Amino acid sequence: MSESSKRKWLRFVPGAEWGRAGGLFFFLYMAVCLVRLPVLLDLAASPLVENRLGALIIMIGAVLLYVAAVFPALLRREPDRRRLAAWKGRFRTNRLAVVGLWFFLAALVLSLLSPIIAPYDPAAQHDPALNRYQAPSLQHPMGTDKFGRDLFSRVLYGSRVSLTVSVAAVVFASFLGLFFGAFSGYFGGWVDDVAMRVVDGLLAFPRLLLMLTLLAFFAHALWVVVALLAATGWMGIARLVRAEVLSLKKRDFVQAAHASGAGRLRVVLKHLLPNTAGPVVVAATLRVGTIILLESYLSFLGLGVQPPTPSWGSMVFEGRDVLLSAWWVSAFPGLALVLAVVACNLLGDGLRDAMDVKRA
Amino acid sequence: MIRFLLRRTVHAAILVFITLTATFFIIRLAPGDPLGRYYSPDIDPAAMETVRRQLGLDRPLPVQYAKTLQSFIRGDFGISIHQRRPVAQILKETIPRTLQLTGIALLLQIVLGMGLGMLSAMRRESSLDRSASVVFLVLYSLPSFYLAFLLVSVFALKLQWLPAAGMFSVHTPTTQMFADRLRHMILPVTVLAVGSAAALARYARGSLLDQLHEEYIRTARAKGLSEGRILWRHALKNAAPQLFTVIGLSVPFLLAGAVVIEKIFGWPGMGALMVDAIFTRDYPVVLAANFVAAVMVILGNLLADISYLWVDPRMRMSRGEPRAG
Repeated sequence: MSESSKRKWLRFVPGAEWGRAGGLFFFLYMAVCLVRLPVLLDLAASPLVENRLGALIIMIGAVLLYVAAVFPALLRREPDRRRLAAWKGRFRTNRLAVVGLWFFLAALVLSLLSPIIAPYDPAAQHDPALNRYQAPSLQHPMGTDKFGRDLFSRVLYGSRVSLTVSVAAVVFASFLGLFFGAFSGYFGGWVDDVAMRVVDGLLAFPRLLLMLTLLAFFAHALWVVVALLAATGWMGIARLVRAEVLSLKKRDFVQAAHASGAGRLRVVLKHLLPNTAGPVVVAATLRVGTIILLESYLSFLGLGVQPPTPSWGSMVFEGRDVLLSAWWVSAFPGLALVLAVVACNLLGDGLRDAMDVKRA
Repeated sequence: MIRFLLRRTVHAAILVFITLTATFFIIRLAPGDPLGRYYSPDIDPAAMETVRRQLGLDRPLPVQYAKTLQSFIRGDFGISIHQRRPVAQILKETIPRTLQLTGIALLLQIVLGMGLGMLSAMRRESSLDRSASVVFLVLYSLPSFYLAFLLVSVFALKLQWLPAAGMFSVHTPTTQMFADRLRHMILPVTVLAVGSAAALARYARGSLLDQLHEEYIRTARAKGLSEGRILWRHALKNAAPQLFTVIGLSVPFLLAGAVVIEKIFGWPGMGALMVDAIFTRDYPVVLAANFVAAVMVILGNLLADISYLWVDPRMRMSRGEPRAG
């Protein structure tokens, strides 16, 4: 009796369920927070909203990482737990996917923590005439740019834009896709016809051109970029969910739910949507990579997040005149971009194989 | 079959119309003024009004929309506000330049992507296949502007083998014009084709491997057919509809890629024109360029649909939707 209750308590320790790696990132995160606690407190007490927001995000990040680290313990139903364990077992056999997961988590942790680990202020120009275009050194691991700004700090901060924008956009797009796909597939008939024509139409449109037109003519604040990326990116997921729902709704358990008097909304929310989780997670992960790329294109063309906020795409652009003389200006942000996208794609591929999803 | 084609064409036409309308209202309802850059304290407000009236910008929006539609139907795209020449003439110059880039890139994408994808599928799970998968993944994840910078630094700046930008060199003898143009195209076309070729290779490998699990493949094996023949004659044919869809859907990616590539390489095509027009609020040019882009994309999808009929005899009999989607 006491043995089992002890085990239950143990399961809520990060790393107990996922294995060592699962807890590592959480403890690393907390350790950095502890070591840099004075900086964190400074940020939290700062009069600038930006700084306080950064501190808040760090704390929310800790909670999210904790939830992720003990996720299996939070699943109450036994079949869910078993399914997750099976996915995990298959995922682990794919070494590349594990590498992708590590890189992705590392990028996420670094970007969340960037305000307290960046050695310099990313926008500070300390004596630009003296410090401009310094080669990578111990003082500036990635060198400095035209204005003498520390590139390492800027790459760290840039990850915040790239990752937050793309993750947020994909989350919103997934919800839109789930909603459209589920109802289109469930109701069928003319609802389905109309919804799918809309999806076809939007899919046929060159997305970057649409984004360019919209962003150039309206303000390009961060949230506008996110909203536009979400509004132009939900169609693939909607198709996916629709296909899943179409095949699921003929299955016995859905018929049983109907027979036992469950309402339509309940059937869609409780029985159909949870069963589309696998394909949607895979598709969303693969899309994060695509959106990081798309955001970088927008920034590169000067239509993304505006300076002095650093973004990887615009940083690569800033190095265009000094490709040979100061190669580090565009090389490092570009490398960060490639690593992040490769990590997302490896992770997505691995998840697809582990969850046995055909197409995403 | 004819009904299917007819329906698709009608869909396409409706889509073009919606695109045109949406673009018109997006750019007109947004803040900003195409004449903004000409404003200065010394300018006579009355003169500005005259110009505005000449351009028809003073009329109510619905009237302007109706006029625009009317002239589009007649094939008249209006006059560029900044270049002061007919938009049709500008497009006539820029579209072929963009088609040169995207057309060759599309061809390269299909040849390289299908070839490498099939090779990978044939040697599946070999070390060649595994390393190729990683290479495809990295190339597919590479932002094209970053690849462009890498290639430019190495081949144009360091080794000086190829020009870094532009479409032609001045003072080239007429006999060498063609070779000169080709030299200028190598880098942009490579950058444009690499990403989409890698994506297609990944996709082709995946869908061919999916086919290999099917029962008809087992039958073919039992007949004693060689692996290459099975892949070429059986698996490829059945995977073709999906692959055509992917190739059709890559047209918007190539066009979007052309926007970035043309800006980097100073290639005076439609992509560069579009970006400049967007920034200067040149309404007629933005509208016409978006229109042409939409037509190209929709044409790409239409061709993909039609190609189903060509590869899949079952489709010619039925009047239903294509199976793959």
